[in-house]
Amino acid sequence: MPHRHSLTTLRDMLRQREISSSELTRHFLDRIARYDDLNAFITVQEETAMASAQRADKHLSNGEYGPLTGVPIAHKDIFCTRDILTTCGSKMLRNFIAPYDATVVERLADAGSVLTGKTNMDEFAMGSSNETSYFGPVRNPWNRERVPGGSSGGSAAAVAARLVPGATGTDTGGSIRQPAAFCGLTGLKPSYGRVSRYGMIAFASSLDQGGPLARSAMDAALLLKCMAGFDRRDSTSMAHDTADIDGALKINLRGLRIGLPTEFFDDSVNPTVLTRVREALAVFEELGASLVDIALPNSRAGIPCYYVIAPAEASSNLSRFDGVRFGHRSEQATNLQELYEYSRAEGFGEEVKRRILIGTYALSAGYYDAYYLKAQRIRRLIAQDFSKAFEQCDIIAGPTAPTTAFGLGEKTQDPVAMYLNDIFTNTVNLAGLPGLSIPAGPDDSGLPVGMQLIGQFMDEGRLLGAAHRFQQVTDWHQRAPEGF
Amino acid sequence: MSISKKDVEHVAHLARIRVAPDELTRYQEGLANILELMAQMQDCNTDGVEPMAHPQDIALRLREDRVTEINERSSFQKGAPLVEDGLYLVPRVIE
Repeated sequence: MPHRHSLTTLRDMLRQREISSSELTRHFLDRIARYDDLNAFITVQEETAMASAQRADKHLSNGEYGPLTGVPIAHKDIFCTRDILTTCGSKMLRNFIAPYDATVVERLADAGSVLTGKTNMDEFAMGSSNETSYFGPVRNPWNRERVPGGSSGGSAAAVAARLVPGATGTDTGGSIRQPAAFCGLTGLKPSYGRVSRYGMIAFASSLDQGGPLARSAMDAALLLKCMAGFDRRDSTSMAHDTADIDGALKINLRGLRIGLPTEFFDDSVNPTVLTRVREALAVFEELGASLVDIALPNSRAGIPCYYVIAPAEASSNLSRFDGVRFGHRSEQATNLQELYEYSRAEGFGEEVKRRILIGTYALSAGYYDAYYLKAQRIRRLIAQDFSKAFEQCDIIAGPTAPTTAFGLGEKTQDPVAMYLNDIFTNTVNLAGLPGLSIPAGPDDSGLPVGMQLIGQFMDEGRLLGAAHRFQQVTDWHQRAPEGF
Repeated sequence: MSISKKDVEHVAHLARIRVAPDELTRYQEGLANILELMAQMQDCNTDGVEPMAHPQDIALRLREDRVTEINERSSFQKGAPLVEDGLYLVPRVIE
């Protein structure tokens, strides 16, 4: 059963010719079809995947290979893929065939990976449960009546159900880490500027980062190395070496100082989640790390701050969808003004419209100082809190989300309750830092608990290294949902 | 923090999103709840704190002023709802 193996193992098996990429790709495509009730995929690229697997096999038989040659993966449908439907989970783009590849797509293809398809997501990445998708909700493979988290819910469900060994996601306020937590995966939001945003449909440009969803820190590190690096086509891309990441996987945790923010361990968090996180921390201590109490005093303000800045940027970014150049165009418009208004009213779902409206409001005359500028000042305080905390510790740890996966439909009528899911994740985006979620064991009903590790800017190597050491002595990350 | 129906209509106009009369109350309630959440920012003292627009406090890099992209108009227009002779068509603007 090849789907049981990790991405790294599959890559090695391909190189040693123990399995062909055609067999492996066929196997995963069959699983994608068999478990389509999860609704994890929007588009499955059967023909092109098999053709690219055959090309990979040819290379492998000649002993030529890149870091991922022949390994099947999936992309979140937010990444533009040339000649392939790219919907961003929206009716607005339900027929949009991208004319070019995102840098992340191009790099993972150059590394030799085989693209099986595009995964479901919250519309324009706005959501924490994958329920705002125009293509319907995704079901969590651990319990089909639960959400997989969001916005990268399709990628998380696909990797958790072993429909692919790894997938891409994007994270603006927790959209990789929270679904990773809800689905028992290892998900990394890299430092801002580490992974190119070129061809990644923009939500909030100062917060968005692409990253991997995988089953272990080792697999996530491999995917990150293939995705990351300077790109001249992204104006905020940073030249930063990823070579340190391999070395980091071998780090010794002796002397590592793990900071525990008191604000992340209060009674707003489900008690079982806290118990699992504390147990995981005890393992880190056994491995030689020390725990220090720290404070992130402004983290409470993170939610309101984020829900001003992200919608404000979104309202500007999404103004490009006007019914003229691409995307949905209304049939009922009689003049240009109506063409814009009806195309956008029909093409966007309710949550996206709500965020555009709130963002527009926050930026509008008379409110700009009270909302947008105020939020930007709080953003600096949050970033300063992290800098101060890192004087006392090397990494920060806590729960990824306050609860485990909640029920489908449970929070759809209350946007603010949905937003509170991001309480431990979105400050990390505001500060531009790397954040990693790893599984820390099950709750009372068997749903995975996620633990978050937050690092200093461009220090994802240390996060992945610490997680890898933890995963060498625990097996939470190897647990699969029943029936998969 | 409350928001009037008139405010919602004004913001919807600025955002170029048509909100049907029967949707107005729902958006009004949704926005009011979010504004209440946003009001929590006032608990945070930000006197003398510089706004932070971006996680990288650096100037964006410049590139040489040179043509680097090729013209891909026809490929980009393949996905457009309505084009003619390389032009995007919209309803008549000038009578």
